[in-house]
Amino acid sequence: MSGARVWRFGHDINTDLMQPGHALLRPVSEQPRYVFEANRPGWVDEVQQGDVIVAGRNFGTGSSRPASRVLRELGIGAVLAESLNWLFFRNCVNYGLAALECPGVHDAFAEGDLARFDLASGQVVNETSGISLRGRPWVPELLELYEAGGIIPRLEQEGLIVR
Amino acid sequence: VIAEVPYALPGEILVCIDSHTCSAGALNCAARGIGPAEMVFVLAKGRTWFQVGETIRYELSGVLREGVAPKDVFLHLASVFGDHVGRNVEFGGPALATLSIDARRTLTTMCAELSAEFALCEPDDVLERHLVERGRGRTIDGAVRPDSDAAYEFVRALELDSIEPMVSRPHTLIHNAWPVGELAGTRVTRAFIGSCANGTLTDLREAAGVLAGRRVDPGVILLVTPASQDVYRRALREGVIETLMDAGAVVTASSCGMCAGFEGNLGRGDVCIASSTRNFRGRMGSVDAEIYLASSATVAASAVAGQITGAHELSGAAVGARS
Repeated sequence: MSGARVWRFGHDINTDLMQPGHALLRPVSEQPRYVFEANRPGWVDEVQQGDVIVAGRNFGTGSSRPASRVLRELGIGAVLAESLNWLFFRNCVNYGLAALECPGVHDAFAEGDLARFDLASGQVVNETSGISLRGRPWVPELLELYEAGGIIPRLEQEGLIVR
Repeated sequence: VIAEVPYALPGEILVCIDSHTCSAGALNCAARGIGPAEMVFVLAKGRTWFQVGETIRYELSGVLREGVAPKDVFLHLASVFGDHVGRNVEFGGPALATLSIDARRTLTTMCAELSAEFALCEPDDVLERHLVERGRGRTIDGAVRPDSDAAYEFVRALELDSIEPMVSRPHTLIHNAWPVGELAGTRVTRAFIGSCANGTLTDLREAAGVLAGRRVDPGVILLVTPASQDVYRRALREGVIETLMDAGAVVTASSCGMCAGFEGNLGRGDVCIASSTRNFRGRMGSVDAEIYLASSATVAASAVAGQITGAHELSGAAVGARS
């Protein structure tokens, strides 16, 4: 993947901001419109397919709710953060959203820069400035789940569940 | 309920669709939250994967001062040390024995708010008694203890005597809690006692200790939500519920209550002080409301005063809020 537009966020961005409690009661297809309504109202209308979130420390702190699925439904292509809450990270793997922990990433990007990343190597490149960083790569088992589209499609492929 | 019955047992591994599953760490159970899709995987396969992070040990010493609760210990920890992303947290040391299982559950549950992976308390006689009393026999034998040469990222001393009542300001508790005195006088319109972290019988007793013979300020609505029906029944039998109601508290059916936005939602401009787990913007309703976090005793005292107040600052009856 190359040349994805960056949206920049701060530290400690929690899952309630991504998927507010009231949105949980609505159909999945309607949930994306409420992403970040509390901290960045109107943002969802500007997001385009494949855009990337660059964030600070502790992105995704909070609930077990599948906030990663809502970001994916919204069209977000990846989350690149200084650090990720690991429950949120699990949900990224399991719902097929790319996410990398990459120290230095928050300062390496300005809003609107173009980002390129590779989960297998953990490499993150700012195509606008030329800066290249090394994040924590995904192990092959997790890459496989991601490439299958998440954990539910994988279980379907294996014939273990039927939708 | 998993930690209360308990279904969680020492030395076992447990997953559940709830970020506060780590509550069961108080029982020496390696418990963590997972997402809904992953639970389907676990049910289908009987296994899952974990990332193994570094461990940070908190060595507890001393004894909590009168009127200081485990929530204050946690808020102190969060204000000083910040997030613990990907780290495991271990609580041990001589002062662990002075903390009840309820008190330990406050600590381990709240570790979710640090983004910790697993949070465990060392096993001891207090845990053994707890298990035996609940018909779990010799399950303490399965408990895990740190190796004598265990490698830690950090070992940090927590001197309980030095901790004072703390309050976290709104929207995050990472590096955001202060001694109650520094926020004293902040007006509140709402107050909430409850949640998996602080809806325990110990919390309800703490609150009743503060509220006995007092009245909730007319400008404040205080909701109290026992964490389980068992807690509710026991509090009822002890007269705790009556004390709370006499003071003007609204006691609801057991649930996550306001902490999950299930009831009593905050409106625009509301300022709430809560003993629950999260102060995220919009967590309890309006995004234009503010949520402060504190111990159940501090919440009760603030509900009486109509402003953020330490229980020791209230005039009148003495306060016995230690758990």
